[in-house]
Amino acid sequence: MAGTLAEKVWEAHLVRRGEDGAPDLLFIDLHLVHEVTSPQAFEGLRLAGRKVRRPDLTIATEDHNTPTLDIDRPIADTTSRTQIETLRNNAKEFGIRLHSLGDADQGIVHVVGPQLGLTQPGLTVVCGDSHTSTHGAFGALAFGIGTSEVEHVLATQTLPLQPFKTMAITVDGQLKPGTTAKDIILAIIAKIGTGGGQGYVLEYRGEAIRSLSMEARMTICNMSIEAGARAGMIAPDETTFEYLKGRPHAPEGADWDAAVEYWRTLRSDEDAVFDAEVVLDANELEPFVTWGTNPGQGLPLSAAVPNPAQIPDENERLAAERALEYMDLEPGTPLREIAVDTVFIGSCTNGRIEDLRAVADVVKGRKKADSVRVLVVPGSARVRLQAEAEGLDKVFLDFGAEWRNAGCSMCLGMNPDQLAPGERSASTSNRNFEGRQGKGGRTHLVSPLVAAATAIRGTLSSVADLEPALQPA
Amino acid sequence: MEKFTTHTGIGVPLRRSNVDTDQIIPAVYLKRVTRTGFEDALFAAWRGDPDFVLNKDAYKAGSVLVAGPDFGTGSSREHAVWALKDYGFKAVLSTRFADIFRGNSGKQGLLAAVVSPEDIELIWKVLETQPGTEVTVDLVSRTVTCGDVVAPFQVDDYTRWRLMEGLDDIGLTLQHEDEISAFEARREPWRPKTLPAKHLPPVEIQAARPVVSLGSPEVPVRS
Repeated sequence: MAGTLAEKVWEAHLVRRGEDGAPDLLFIDLHLVHEVTSPQAFEGLRLAGRKVRRPDLTIATEDHNTPTLDIDRPIADTTSRTQIETLRNNAKEFGIRLHSLGDADQGIVHVVGPQLGLTQPGLTVVCGDSHTSTHGAFGALAFGIGTSEVEHVLATQTLPLQPFKTMAITVDGQLKPGTTAKDIILAIIAKIGTGGGQGYVLEYRGEAIRSLSMEARMTICNMSIEAGARAGMIAPDETTFEYLKGRPHAPEGADWDAAVEYWRTLRSDEDAVFDAEVVLDANELEPFVTWGTNPGQGLPLSAAVPNPAQIPDENERLAAERALEYMDLEPGTPLREIAVDTVFIGSCTNGRIEDLRAVADVVKGRKKADSVRVLVVPGSARVRLQAEAEGLDKVFLDFGAEWRNAGCSMCLGMNPDQLAPGERSASTSNRNFEGRQGKGGRTHLVSPLVAAATAIRGTLSSVADLEPALQPA
Repeated sequence: MEKFTTHTGIGVPLRRSNVDTDQIIPAVYLKRVTRTGFEDALFAAWRGDPDFVLNKDAYKAGSVLVAGPDFGTGSSREHAVWALKDYGFKAVLSTRFADIFRGNSGKQGLLAAVVSPEDIELIWKVLETQPGTEVTVDLVSRTVTCGDVVAPFQVDDYTRWRLMEGLDDIGLTLQHEDEISAFEARREPWRPKTLPAKHLPPVEIQAARPVVSLGSPEVPVRS
């Protein structure tokens, strides 16, 4: 029977098929753990006298609640320090591999898994973090789970799951210069809405997707959750195999050949039927930015702040009115005229080496706008090392940006990196919810290229707006 | 988990769509390592507004939240469910829930009931015109009653069964331990393992320091 990629991975992990409406029981290949959503799960294990069933399929890092400065000193916030220490104690007690602050393999879980070669095609990957969808870029079925499920996976290495529906998102054509994977996914979310993917696993396909690097594919899959989907996937291909080969945990020798042979079968069959289909033309895409307080409230940069009065749906109109009030924006204002206070470059969406290279190419030899604070935060310590080996840190520092240690940083308003009330940011992260980057903070989601151009001009900008014009690399 | 069959309590009309988990509980409250005690964190940013629904006497003791579409979007934080439960909520009604939030609710005995937009509107009107009206959520018959509004709601059969029986998922799964072991035995040997750990050589990571001269940490705030 013809199947989609998601269905194939699902079937390959079936421990037990549910009967009478009960969910299927699926085996989990890789469980990523971090400090914020795990303490209560480990406590649950302790109370029930249970062990971690497969420490050898589990890996932990510290990322959400860690500082990006002074990482060699004790964490100043005592509650944060306790949470980090709790993870360290739990990892020790339950025998789990942990990459702590200061370790060369520390970083955002979704950057660390792929760079170690642990994220591979056809796996089931879970983590107590909604952006686990990132790993779908490799053709893995990867999704975020709550703390009860974290405990469940720790105890059983399985999860009971109700089947998902499948949605094909075909992106034809080729991206124009100045547009990126981030613009593709922001455009998709604006098109289908923050609830449009609810109940679905999305499969991204088409010429534009095939042309993307692994890092760009991760950016797209990362934000699947912002369309309400549990997971996003891209069928593995030569780009995927090339990225994986030689990574620390990639298969070697005969194992590599066996793995690649299997990975090549991981694609939706020609006659597979999706429950829904969406088509987008990359040729028509412009740099995209959000104006509101959910990731679906986005528009091309050349547009103006929308007028809620012209939105026919009542719920959407009310949401837009609230969003504009929170964002302190007037309908009709060209998006290009919106001035920002902070530019944040980083996160599991856009904190990988290619993102930093793209930013460096734009800002090299220039100075940031005086009015803007610029934070560049690598997604992992290895990304930081790589950037330094390429001299990117110098480019950022000469530009006037701050060059930080790895972590989630200003993506989520939890660690010390936060917006002040009323402060406005252009951010390469994934959520523009009210207060997401700090209480009262206002977020515009952008691509790394738009972030770089905005840092130079001080207002939301694309690289096409730069003077003198950017020379092609 | 406590068994859930029916619940009656004051209904709270939350006339907002896309109530994301950062609104239900901001990230700063996620530093705690406990599973309870999050009632102060619920809707923290909105609780400072005297006009916010939970700051009105008639709704303060509410236990059935009636919200707009796409409730619980965003982060996977189960803290959102804990905060609602700790405050005293037993059920949330919405036209559509985010997947992860709905899953987390089911694990914690909080009923996430899907009600049609028309019925949500009718219930909102009752709760807004007669503040303090009680709502009955009957999981057995899958109906919600508020004043003279009686409406059906949807919840999947399996979640309903687990809520009504008060069952713990891990216990249920471990009944099939032999099948998990059998699956593990037939798993391909080349699938990755995190242990023994493999990585590039360890390198010392330099700690970044605060910028002292240019671009000071003081935040420029645009009013």
